[in-house]
Amino acid sequence: MSSIAEKEQEIIDEFAMLEGDMEMAINYIMELGDQLPMISEEKKDDEHIVKGCQSKVWLDANLNDGLVMFTADSNTAITKGLVSLLVRTFSGESPETILKSEVSFPSKIGMNRFIGTQRSNGFAAMIKQMKLYALALSTKTESN
Amino acid sequence: MNEVAGIMSIAEIRKQFPVLDQKVNGKPLIYFDNAATSQTPSSVIEALTNYYQKDNANIHRGIHTLAERATAGFEETRKALQRFLNAPEAEEIIITKGTTESINLVAQSYGRKFLKAGDEILISGMEHHSNIVPWQMVCEQTGARLKVIPVLENGELDMVAFRSLLSEKTKFVSVVYISNALGTINPVKDIIDDAHTVGAKVLIDSAQAAPHYNLDVQELGCDFMALSGHKMYGPTGVGALYGKRELLESMDPYQGGGEMIREVSFEKTTYNDIPYKFEAGTPNIADVVAWKTAIEFMETIGFDLLHDQEMLLLAKGKELLFDIDGFQPIGTAANKTSVISFLIDGIHPFDLGMWLDAKGIAVRTGHHCTQPLMDQFGIEGTVRASFAVYNTVEEIEVFAEALKSIVAKFRK
Repeated sequence: MSSIAEKEQEIIDEFAMLEGDMEMAINYIMELGDQLPMISEEKKDDEHIVKGCQSKVWLDANLNDGLVMFTADSNTAITKGLVSLLVRTFSGESPETILKSEVSFPSKIGMNRFIGTQRSNGFAAMIKQMKLYALALSTKTESN
Repeated sequence: MNEVAGIMSIAEIRKQFPVLDQKVNGKPLIYFDNAATSQTPSSVIEALTNYYQKDNANIHRGIHTLAERATAGFEETRKALQRFLNAPEAEEIIITKGTTESINLVAQSYGRKFLKAGDEILISGMEHHSNIVPWQMVCEQTGARLKVIPVLENGELDMVAFRSLLSEKTKFVSVVYISNALGTINPVKDIIDDAHTVGAKVLIDSAQAAPHYNLDVQELGCDFMALSGHKMYGPTGVGALYGKRELLESMDPYQGGGEMIREVSFEKTTYNDIPYKFEAGTPNIADVVAWKTAIEFMETIGFDLLHDQEMLLLAKGKELLFDIDGFQPIGTAANKTSVISFLIDGIHPFDLGMWLDAKGIAVRTGHHCTQPLMDQFGIEGTVRASFAVYNTVEEIEVFAEALKSIVAKFRK
């Protein structure tokens, strides 16, 4: 399993290949959405919604052998693809690694062009929510 | 711009808008977000630059030459607005920072003084938040009650319900002339006449009407009218309120400061005459001065050409868009301005907006600051394409093709 930094570099390299072409980038983001591990339908409720996102985003996390596995979904295809980038970055990491990581790929792939300045708050809310899950799950591993 | 109205081609009009001549995401810009903000012709940009290069000074009471020039420019815009709205007197035009401030001014200065518990304020179900929230605030302050004229399925106002809501208790009616979200043109003349029969005062929110119509407050008979500069080819951050003289004179200012006073002592302050008593503080002078040039731009093109071009675009839009797989128009009133609000089955408006932007096409997506209206239709928002006189049939054709190709990606 590659580290968060390596996974981020993969994402940066993939976007660099798109050479700043917006249509190609959106197409690619939508394809990424298809790879998102889906949250189960019954969990698409208020408890799992990420507050601060303009589109609806639902997020859940579980521990698997001490590693956090995220599942998510969104009501918009592009947001779903963006969420899948974060899930790919953080899934399979320990809660501690997630908590101390600083994600830097959004600015390096020009994330603001896809989500706009207002929506970048939503992206920050998403990262915060993922870290909160990691925090909750880290206390669970300690108590075990 | 000195050409005679009617002989100017759309191509010539378009050339006057430098912002339109650019590529966005590698594609020629197609600007269909005019109901949010229209673009500004060179003449207005030049008026703005000219003001800062030659005339910049604070207005009123300065005795030096620049102050006089700045004051004259500011007051000329007031006169241009008087002419544009056919107001009886220039003093009945209050300069504000936009429609929102104009409505807040009436809500606070008229509403707070004259409304009381048990009175009713009537708005419609298709109001922009800026014509809802100021009245909710007044209701909290005075104990008056807010009543809402329902909207029919096709996006027209339910005029039967409106008449049944009118009563002796109705003291104020504040309705939108043209819906920003749907493009519905409301029968405001009928609303004003009916409201007056029960003695209610009427404010017309003309933010979306001013870009399309030669407004006439005397013919309409409204008590107040609010509008914004940036939706009518003018600068951002400027607006106006028309009010009948006797009403404006009876109202107290809701903002205190410079300009609005006659005399100030620590014991007592007396207010200036209208319009100045409602214009506290240094206004957005440069943009107000330049706004006059935007009004002249519209007058030179002529309202017939503005109207004909926009109706041509609306008809072409309906012809090319309505057949697209899953296309659902939102708002199909018989009397509509050049706005097409829509959804496409199975595709979120946000995704459509992003895809269109990638193709150089600017539209608006979301609730358009009309959440109660969206709630009524049971939707979160729409995609809205809104046209202006500089838009072309060719742009609509490109837009329709772009939408078809986007829909195809989602139908794979």
